[in-house]
Amino acid sequence: MSADFLYGIEVVLNGLMAGVMYALVALGFVLIFKASGIFNFAQGVMALFAALTLVGIMEGQVPFAHIINATFGTELHHFGWEVPAILAITCTVGVMILFAWAVQRFLFRHLVGQEPIILFMATIGLAYFLEGMGDLMWGSDIKTLALGLPQGGSRWIEDATAGLGGDDFYGFFIDKLDMVATVVAIVLVAGLIAFSQYTKHGRAMRAVADDHQAALSVGISLNFIWILVWSLAGFVALVAGIMWGAKSGVQFSLSLIALKALPVLMLGGFTSIPGAIVGGLIIGVGEKLFEYLVGPMVGGATENWFAYVLALLFLVFRPQGLFGEKIIERV
Amino acid sequence: MTLKTLTTLALSGVLVAGTAAADLVIPDLSYRTGPYAAGGTPFSDGYQDYFNLLNARDGGIGGETVRIVECETGYNTEKGVECYEATKSEGALIYQPLSTGITYQLIPKTTADEIPIHTMGYGRTSAANGEVFPWVFNYPANYWDAASVMVNYLLEENGGSLDGKTIALVYHNSAYGKEPIRTLEALSAEHGFEFTQIAVDHPGQEQKSQWLQIRRERPDFVLMWGWGVMNQVAVQEASNINFPMENFIGNWWAGAEHDVTPAGAGANGYKSLNMNRIDADLPVFADITSMVHDAGNAAGDGSNIGSVLYTRGMYAAMLAAEAIAKAQEIHGVADVTPAMVRDGMEALEITNARMEELGMAQIGPEFSVSCENHGGSGLGIVQQWDASAGNWVALTDYIAPQDAVIDGLIAEDSGAFAAENNITPGCL
Repeated sequence: MSADFLYGIEVVLNGLMAGVMYALVALGFVLIFKASGIFNFAQGVMALFAALTLVGIMEGQVPFAHIINATFGTELHHFGWEVPAILAITCTVGVMILFAWAVQRFLFRHLVGQEPIILFMATIGLAYFLEGMGDLMWGSDIKTLALGLPQGGSRWIEDATAGLGGDDFYGFFIDKLDMVATVVAIVLVAGLIAFSQYTKHGRAMRAVADDHQAALSVGISLNFIWILVWSLAGFVALVAGIMWGAKSGVQFSLSLIALKALPVLMLGGFTSIPGAIVGGLIIGVGEKLFEYLVGPMVGGATENWFAYVLALLFLVFRPQGLFGEKIIERV
Repeated sequence: MTLKTLTTLALSGVLVAGTAAADLVIPDLSYRTGPYAAGGTPFSDGYQDYFNLLNARDGGIGGETVRIVECETGYNTEKGVECYEATKSEGALIYQPLSTGITYQLIPKTTADEIPIHTMGYGRTSAANGEVFPWVFNYPANYWDAASVMVNYLLEENGGSLDGKTIALVYHNSAYGKEPIRTLEALSAEHGFEFTQIAVDHPGQEQKSQWLQIRRERPDFVLMWGWGVMNQVAVQEASNINFPMENFIGNWWAGAEHDVTPAGAGANGYKSLNMNRIDADLPVFADITSMVHDAGNAAGDGSNIGSVLYTRGMYAAMLAAEAIAKAQEIHGVADVTPAMVRDGMEALEITNARMEELGMAQIGPEFSVSCENHGGSGLGIVQQWDASAGNWVALTDYIAPQDAVIDGLIAEDSGAFAAENNITPGCL
């Protein structure tokens, strides 16, 4: 096999794993859209907020320290302790549940029955509010996520495959962090599917997703289900925030990862969990292969362009995406 | 509230406004929020803290108090223009936009309004030609200088020859990121190295394709023009593919502490340019701590003092203050106008003796500005990250760019701009 062919395979493998990272972000969108019909513009910011909160708790940072110090003339920054990762993750999940409750209690409860565009606009406002809140609580500096996640290429894979395509082939590069993300994504999706299929609340969630009014008529509390769904989306956001934050440090540009999820959603469908995964994989492989094969001829940096053009094509020929529910309007 | 109270308040307001109008107004177009806040915050802290020090220690500049008007741009070009429009009527003397995008939008506006703009190590490189851009200054160095300094450093490291070597440029796919390409192409032709360009889409969170390409092609050296998250991800990805970090050099906007700390030990050995020295022991920092921070007048929380971008912000403020002082000297008035400050900037001379006197010995190179040269000396140093010590170490003294190449490019580009805009080059 030629080195070029093997490098092509390497690009495909890395594209698959990049796709998993995109899918992690897209999953949060799908959960909320499926259950409530809300396209949650704030999902990227939720990932940022969750990751900021995790690092803040782990490092024993005093939340709102800047405001406290400015108001009372104190010099508080840290409590002086560090919290173990597992406990900090648990606490962060608790914060995201609290956030889910607050979103329902103070925002969407007042918007029941409004048009989807109004709900979408509300999530735009929520995104800005949450970004500002994260800044006030934890500051805007870049934070290092010290969870001990592995970084760098797998030496074992590299050594085992080096030379397969002659001296010009240096072995497959597979990022260990991407491998961890893949395993986490598999567990997460399996967990979400098991939850929705085999638990009482999961079935209630699906019932709400199918028909709000029918679910209400059989005694399912919409308010509880929506808090549950936003909590799950918050948890998914935390996982996405951890994986992306491990690459770049936890910083405010994490909120922009939502941009990578949009074409995935258009492709996979806004209402399908498997669709988010398959969409992520197609976008990941497609954009990486396009950059590898066509990029050098057109100056490179084609990935975002390719992802959105592919999504556009799907919108034209299959508006509901690969796995989305077909829209049938009876007149 | 009685009528008397209202009248008193109104009169106080008039008096305060009257006092404020006599101040030296310096807008600070900062970005403390959003994706680029980690870079914008320390620069703004240093910029403001130095002016606050002058107020506290010297009673301002030439006896006139400095009044800072901060406006948050979020590193967003539209907001930056809004900030300019909102602050110029306050009597703004000099703008430091801290964004190449905002700079490009402000060049025609500041020229029409006759307010000088200082784009220190960023912005439109050919604005170094003061005969075409009389209101724009980009001293002490510009992007093309930076590219040339990098190549000169590599020449020095490789026995004076880069013939047969490969240099890749990883750049932010924007006007900013593309700035050094022309220079590197010209230098490639002159020095015989192979030059490849690798673009990274905004914001640069995902760079797997680019670093796999580098792993395949194995360039001898990688240069980087990045900003924001692109820097942290690039350093991490370079470490991931085991690229020799000592052969990876970022420009001066890719060489702050926060650019390397997320990658931990993997960032050890990464190099970057700097247009100013980093030295936490400079006497000026002690003055800022005692007279600004301890007095409760710090622009931020005080944690950034001495860092790369804080020092650069402070250095920028010093250059602005020196230009104002020069303007006062030229025109014989303390309450200078923007046009007078422009004159001060054009006559600016920064010497080692003056920097030492200011408590910041050798923070930057010596240079002087003239009508023909708004770009300064173009010198830069190369620094290297020591991950275990957690600090940058200067590897070189100030390195000069290859003026013969840069000057030709500046003349060509500024000449084209002048022709497009019907400008007759000349000194004001």
